Amino acid sequence: MARKLLLEHDNKPGIQGLEGYRANGGYRSVEKALKTMGPEAVLEEVKKSGLRGRGGAGFPTGLKWSFMAKPPGVPRYLVVNADESEPGTFKDRYLMERIPHILIEGMITSSFALGANVSYIYIRGEYFYIYRILERAIEEARAAGWLGKNILGSGFDHDIHVQVGAGAYICGEETALLESLEGKRGNPRIKPPFPAVKGLYGCPTVVNNVETIAAVVPIVNDGGEEYAKIGIGKSTGTKLISAGGNINKPGVYEIDLGITCEEFLNSDEWCGGVQGRALKALVPGGSSVPIIPAELYFKTAAGEARLMTYESLSDGGFATGSMLGSGGFYAYNDAQCIVRSTWNHTRFYAHESCGQCSPCREGTGWMEKVLHRIENGEGRLEDIDLLWDIQRKIEGNTICPLGDAAAWPVASAIRHFRDEFEFHVYHPQKVKDPKHFEKTPFVRKPKTVAA
Amino acid sequence: MASTIKAVTTTEGVAPFRFSEAGLAECRRLIARYPAEQSKSALLPILHVAQSENDGWLSVYAMDAVAEVLGIQRIEVFEVASFYSMYNLHPVGTYHLEVCRTTPCMLRGADDLMAHLEKRLGIHVGETTKDGMFTLKGVECLGSCGTAPMLQCGAKYHENLTPERADSLIEQLRAENKRQNYTDQ
Repeated sequence: MARKLLLEHDNKPGIQGLEGYRANGGYRSVEKALKTMGPEAVLEEVKKSGLRGRGGAGFPTGLKWSFMAKPPGVPRYLVVNADESEPGTFKDRYLMERIPHILIEGMITSSFALGANVSYIYIRGEYFYIYRILERAIEEARAAGWLGKNILGSGFDHDIHVQVGAGAYICGEETALLESLEGKRGNPRIKPPFPAVKGLYGCPTVVNNVETIAAVVPIVNDGGEEYAKIGIGKSTGTKLISAGGNINKPGVYEIDLGITCEEFLNSDEWCGGVQGRALKALVPGGSSVPIIPAELYFKTAAGEARLMTYESLSDGGFATGSMLGSGGFYAYNDAQCIVRSTWNHTRFYAHESCGQCSPCREGTGWMEKVLHRIENGEGRLEDIDLLWDIQRKIEGNTICPLGDAAAWPVASAIRHFRDEFEFHVYHPQKVKDPKHFEKTPFVRKPKTVAA
Repeated sequence: MASTIKAVTTTEGVAPFRFSEAGLAECRRLIARYPAEQSKSALLPILHVAQSENDGWLSVYAMDAVAEVLGIQRIEVFEVASFYSMYNLHPVGTYHLEVCRTTPCMLRGADDLMAHLEKRLGIHVGETTKDGMFTLKGVECLGSCGTAPMLQCGAKYHENLTPERADSLIEQLRAENKRQNYTDQ
């Protein structure tokens, strides 16, 4: 079995409660940080660990923390992003449901480093039952003195509150999240100013993903250097992967960054291989990252084995690579239709666009309509170039990255599977049945790879 | 791709709304989480409380009551209520079945589940059964991709649904005949 830092105790009895969590070594990082380290030392360990934001962007956490402005007399906030809405991603849900106290512990230790006396968890509304789990866990922690005034006699005060959202993918974008936490529509803010300078209520704020904050616990316990020994290069530590789609063993897995993609997909320890049929394509990091055909998942364009790291998965750029993203991993078998999946992806973005920026608000809707007609056998050959044109005009032209996230799945699908789009145009009758590739899988012309 | 059902923005024929004592206590508990001058932050969770106390949807009366509790303008409530997909601005059935239809669920048979439910309930997506028991809605990724296909009803996730399991869920809910809300404990 591989090493586990976050999910080591996920199946222990009583781990959901404070007592069970304590019995398995919980809250040691708070004791260590508050009694023996001090805020600067905690920040140093996080920097040394090489931890990168686990929500999708992969930005170095220590660096993000070091940007926190510290004007005198102004409160600072830590806000945990538990809005987990990236299609394909369900790791934070698993972590918070099974081991809610690891998040609370990480928040206390991180807030100590950041000098934040109040922190918030913003959890997506659909996870209402986990919101209740967190509320109970916070109550337990408060009753036991892990939260409140003068924690462990250190002079550090801290309290945690949880806020529930109400169904909006965009609130996973950190400034939209802050707007929502302030009781407004989830419209992303223009940056700069960044939240580290002007965040929640106009105060300096760090927004981190659930898994990122949980990872601070083993980093403080074992030291940043120990953490950085796991992984390859700038991809250090372990990563939770949400595995789904057409695989034999869907679920949340904690992997050492750096294992091969082949091993992750086919080993019985992880995904257990593709369900029944041949692998057609893969989305390795949530719906926003480029979809890649099977052969580019296993090997980079240079012929090297692809690894589960930030760098290796994006090797070759968008021409032949993808991204690790949030670790929302889903596989397609050869019964699946790429056009249908791309239409489905695009409908999602059209539905979730907040409507602030015209390229995204209008463009996602146009792409959805064009893809819908191609998928239903009513497309024209020029529609493929039209789609390409629209996505190019969305990318980079919006306030927040939702526009890019909507453009990339379309761009990558056309880049790698253009002949499948053409097939839909040339054979309208064959694609009328929604399951048109179930009996006769579509065979790609190998030429279209890396065009 | 907004829902085909329009928001009910009139008060005609709509029952008035008042928070229960328990509801008001919950509002106070939520407001206490934020700095004194930032009580508007409690708007989203309080809208959930109002929706649960108003048969699963937010009428103009319910939104006005929320504005009053928070001491903010009514439009501030409406602009938020109309932004988020979990607030229903129109009446829904006793059971609001929200079927995830996003790509990872689609790969594992969400289309089939939806088609089965439409047939079984005799309605299309976005509609409510004549007896007012079930509303069927297609929603975007619920973070249940590893246990797809699935649907949410109130706070509960019903996962790994086969046609048979979906049928028995419908039967069970019909027999219980009790509204399920997100805020249920």
